[in-house]
Amino acid sequence: MTLVIAEQRGGVLNPATWETLAAAQQMNAPVTAAVVGARVQDTAAELAAADVAEVLAVEHEALEPYTPDGFVAALAQVVEATGPERVLFPHTYQTRDHAPALAARLGRVLIPDCIGSKDRDGQRVFVRPMFQGKFVADVLPEGPAPHFASFQIGAYRADACVRGAAAATVREVAVQLDAAAIRQRPEAPFKEAKQAVDLTQAERIVAVGRGIKGQEHLPLAQELAKVLDAELAASRPICDSGWLPMDRQIGSSGQTVAPKLYLAVGISGAIQHLVGMKGARTIVAVNKDADAPIFEVADYGIVGDLFEVVPAIVAALDGD
Amino acid sequence: MKTAVCIKQVVTRDWPLRPAESATWVRDDDASFEMNEPDAYALEEALRLKERHGGEVVVCSAGPARISQVIREALARGADRAIHVESDALSAAGADAVAAALAAAMQDESFDLVLTGLQSDDQGFGQTGVVLAERLGLPHATIIMEVDIAADGAGLRVKRELESGWFQWVAMPLPALLTIQSGINQLRYATLRGIMAAKRKEIRTVPLDGVASQGQRILELYVPEKTSATRFIDGSAPEAARELVRLLREEARVL
Repeated sequence: MTLVIAEQRGGVLNPATWETLAAAQQMNAPVTAAVVGARVQDTAAELAAADVAEVLAVEHEALEPYTPDGFVAALAQVVEATGPERVLFPHTYQTRDHAPALAARLGRVLIPDCIGSKDRDGQRVFVRPMFQGKFVADVLPEGPAPHFASFQIGAYRADACVRGAAAATVREVAVQLDAAAIRQRPEAPFKEAKQAVDLTQAERIVAVGRGIKGQEHLPLAQELAKVLDAELAASRPICDSGWLPMDRQIGSSGQTVAPKLYLAVGISGAIQHLVGMKGARTIVAVNKDADAPIFEVADYGIVGDLFEVVPAIVAALDGD
Repeated sequence: MKTAVCIKQVVTRDWPLRPAESATWVRDDDASFEMNEPDAYALEEALRLKERHGGEVVVCSAGPARISQVIREALARGADRAIHVESDALSAAGADAVAAALAAAMQDESFDLVLTGLQSDDQGFGQTGVVLAERLGLPHATIIMEVDIAADGAGLRVKRELESGWFQWVAMPLPALLTIQSGINQLRYATLRGIMAAKRKEIRTVPLDGVASQGQRILELYVPEKTSATRFIDGSAPEAARELVRLLREEARVL
């Protein structure tokens, strides 16, 4: 049996759960979904629409709000009570926060951030990126079951999750938790003061990455943005370095955009960046490395030195 | 306050890596190495906490002899001393084996706070910190953007990054472990004085008896299959630029 740990917050199911269910359904084993929280009956009923053997509703007052201590304690009991072959998660921030500790508590290892899974010589292997996406690896879990893996957001399509002919059974699973043993005391989530720049409305975006090398070279990209009437944006490392403000960051920890034109300059294309911009209608990438992952999503690519190519694009746009 | 910072040495970001002959790892015997960048942010945060609250900063690192390069660099930036769990068997080890090696060497130090980077630039498991917390029996919080130590030193309050621009404050007792988000601070670099001072700082080398079970094994590492239909534009920079502008106007119609 493959156990999929669904993610919900305040009764709203994280849609990445459907993607992980789709991954699980392709593994030739019955699939069970589990949803964890203080009140999960509605999300459990929602999950029951999937073609799964059953849905486990794991409810306890101490599971709301989310804490890693609470979730590790609860999920360890669920895994031990159900004895799955493998346990799968969507690779969200919440999974990253507790799933490695859960696996460690049960003497196992989490294979994180997988983009696929396949049968290799009769063995179930997990495929994951390494070295910032320059390589992928077929990874074999070793040791006794259950094995733990998480799937990258977008690696499977949510609509690939097969729906059942009838709603699956929802079963309540009781867990013993000591609220006083939960060491983290979370406060309510909040958003920072309204962002000064709303990149989601931009029709054209010029985004810069590490290839720009230094803050002193930013005017090069600013000039390109100006002639294109585009907003200037950046990948995370540029904002981390303080070269551009955080509200100009595109990616999983920044803004998600879908402009008509996205021109990526010196951005190698780590997955955290790609998830924030791959919905753009036309993507242009300028990068010195022909193997850079950004070219996996680009419509047009120029392999070359951005310090030559960008001024040339400005000149070509200006020249008419 | 006694703070540990876990630091990994990784292949330099721009190094032209190729799979090794075994096809289970990369060819790195002639590569250049550097400090894993997310760990540099954890180190910087530890140094800033020391400036505010006093105490010492101890670098903890697990790997072969070559990692002394990044240990020295961390000492040059201002860490006080270091623990090096040395084993060739750790050179391509996964997060679990590294966390086990670090936990054994760190157990008796009774750190008040342990900081790690968010993830490594090579394997990218993003879990050495979380597994280490579990092994040391410490509460943890991940993807931290701000650290406030309570005035009485008994606990701390940290700002976690959630997805899509959301944040959350979480309070915890000390000792605790935090994985630090990149960009939490602005990095300092070693001064000449720091480099000189680092030569006199203690690096305690801890031998390792056998590497813990990895729990997973790389069967094959390969360059991902290209699936994109990128249209590459060749020629000199001016030629390519002119052709790009033409295509954006006439084919993509976005200009």
